Amino acid sequence: MDLVIDLLSWFLILVGGAFGIIGGIGLLRLPDFFSRIHAASLTDSMCAPCIIGGLMLQSGLSLVTVKLAFLLVFLFLTSPTASHALAKAALHGGLHPGARHPSAGEPPANGGHEAADGAQG
Amino acid sequence: MNSKPLNFALMGLALLAIWLLLSGLYKPVLLTFAVLSVLLTLWLSARMGVIDAEHHPVWAVARYLPYWPWLSVEIVKSSLDVARRVLSPAMPISPTVFEVDASQHTTMGRVVYANSITLTPGTVTLALDGSRLTVHALSSDTIDYLLSGEMDRRVTRAEGQRAGNEPEPPSR
Repeated sequence: MDLVIDLLSWFLILVGGAFGIIGGIGLLRLPDFFSRIHAASLTDSMCAPCIIGGLMLQSGLSLVTVKLAFLLVFLFLTSPTASHALAKAALHGGLHPGARHPSAGEPPANGGHEAADGAQG
Repeated sequence: MNSKPLNFALMGLALLAIWLLLSGLYKPVLLTFAVLSVLLTLWLSARMGVIDAEHHPVWAVARYLPYWPWLSVEIVKSSLDVARRVLSPAMPISPTVFEVDASQHTTMGRVVYANSITLTPGTVTLALDGSRLTVHALSSDTIDYLLSGEMDRRVTRAEGQRAGNEPEPPSR
C-alpha cells in the first residue's frame, strides 16, 4: 500500500514539474503578452496543484496535509484573480489582445487605448 | 436555512476550525487569542455586510462542491491541449477575443464562472460587464467549446435557486 501511495505521489510531483517546465517554455515561445498569460496559467492550474497533491500523499493524514489543502484552496482563489488583474491592466495600458471573434462585435468605443498608449512614454 | 444567527454561528465555527487547523497548538492562551480574533473577524464582517446567503463561505463551499470535480477534469484536459500547442514546432495558436453571456443570476455565480474560465488554461476572462464576459482565448478552437455553454450551465446549476434574501445583481 505504501508503495502505491509513493508511486502515485511521485507521479503527481513529476507531472507537476513537467507542466512547470512546459509553462516556462510557453512563456518564452509564445509571441505576445496575452498568449503568455495562458502559459502562466498552465503553471497555476496544473503544476502547483499536482505538486501539492503529491506532497499531500507524502504527508499522509496530518496537520501538514490540512495546511497543504488550505494552500490549494487559496491558490485556486487567488491565481485567477491575479491573471485577471494582469490582463485588465494590459488592456488598460493599450495592449492589443489579438483578433476579434464575430461574437465580440465592435471594440468598445471608449477611446482609452490610444490615450493610454501616449501616456506610456 | 439562511437565518442571521445561524449564518454567524457557522461563520464563527468555520473561522475557529481554520485557526485550530493552522496553528495545531491547543494551549489556553492561544485558544483565547483564537476566540478573540474570530470575534473580531465576525464583527468586521458584520460591519462590511458580507455575511449573507450569497457570500457566506460555508454555503458557497457546499453549493459549489459538486462543480469542482468536473472543473478539475476540464482543467486537466485543457492543460494538455495548451501544452500540446506550446510544444508543437508549428505552434498552432490563434489568439482571439470573444464574448459570451453568463446566465447566472447572482454576482457570486458570475464571478465563479469568470474565474473558472480563467482557471482553465487557454482562456482568460478579460472583463465582466453585467452578464457579458469578454474572454481571450489562445486558439479559436476553444471558442466553440465556451459558446456551447456547458460550463455556464453547470455553474448555474451549482448556483441553485435564488434565496429570498439575496440582493439583486447590479444592473448594467
